[in-house]
Amino acid sequence: MKNYMKLELAAIGENESFARSAVAAFALCLNPSLAELSDIKTAVSEAVTNAVVHAYGKESREHSLWIECRADGDEDGGVLHITVTDGGCGIEDVERALLPFYTTLENDERSGMGFTIMQTFMDGFSLESERGKGTKVTMLRYIGREKIPNEKNQDAVKERTDA
Amino acid sequence: MQIQSDYKNGVLYMRLSGEVDEHNAVAARSRADQLADRYATCERVIFDLSEVSFMDSTGIGFLIGRYKRFRRYGVPVYLMNTTKAVDKILEMSGVYTLMPKM
Ligand SMILES: Nc1ncnc2c1ncn2[C@@H]1O[C@H](COP(=O)(O)OP(=O)(O)O)[C@@H](O)[C@H]1O
Ligand SMILES: [Mg+2]
Repeated sequence: MKNYMKLELAAIGENESFARSAVAAFALCLNPSLAELSDIKTAVSEAVTNAVVHAYGKESREHSLWIECRADGDEDGGVLHITVTDGGCGIEDVERALLPFYTTLENDERSGMGFTIMQTFMDGFSLESERGKGTKVTMLRYIGREKIPNEKNQDAVKERTDA
Repeated sequence: MQIQSDYKNGVLYMRLSGEVDEHNAVAARSRADQLADRYATCERVIFDLSEVSFMDSTGIGFLIGRYKRFRRYGVPVYLMNTTKAVDKILEMSGVYTLMPKM
């Protein structure tokens, strides 16, 4: 089965919770474990929060962010692709932005761990950004049987079969 | 995200509940800092995270921010009842080296 969804949302804080819940609900078609769902929600929350707080500055309320998801698989699992896009200011130094603990909003108690979390919680990650044009985060997560066989994934498979 | 507090024998307990994200953290931050200022003379602070249903990297900034606030008063901060999902985030960011789990 192939499935997809596209969402356009106002880039406002109120939508952070909605966005991660919507993606989690979409992912249910691949029958993920609770741990897999939790990872997906966290990674989506990071990407969406970045579009809300960094992309548009104070005019965030006037702007949109876009989420696209594709699922390829069935109730035994599969692959989930997620992109989160904004049309904001873009990132000047992408390599630097990816470093753990790097943030340009230290005074707002940002931790600088957003991209590190997206990279460690998902199985694939890429970042495209152009100054003045916007930012696009692409993430991929294997769910269930499609998992690449490493230790972390074995745990998830076991959890599903135990459930 | 809500905070409930309880003060017992010199220990300030702060129980966080609900979803810890950027949007929700704003109100919780000022509430936590009010409590910090009110209980500045306590012996230690323990954050109880058992009721946290979701946390992203906002939780890291939130906890470190409160840690710094309490450090001004010389009050050590501890964490308890962390869920698996919360552990994953706090461990990778080194939060437990500042605020040990108990
Ligand atoms: N969508 C975006 N638009 C513009 N800048 C961004 C975007 N996402 C991230 N950034 C930049 O990359 C930095 C690192 O992001 P991240 O790792 O999520 O940390 P944090 O959000 O805590 O600052 C941000 O501080 C910001 O400067
Ligand atoms: Mg971020």
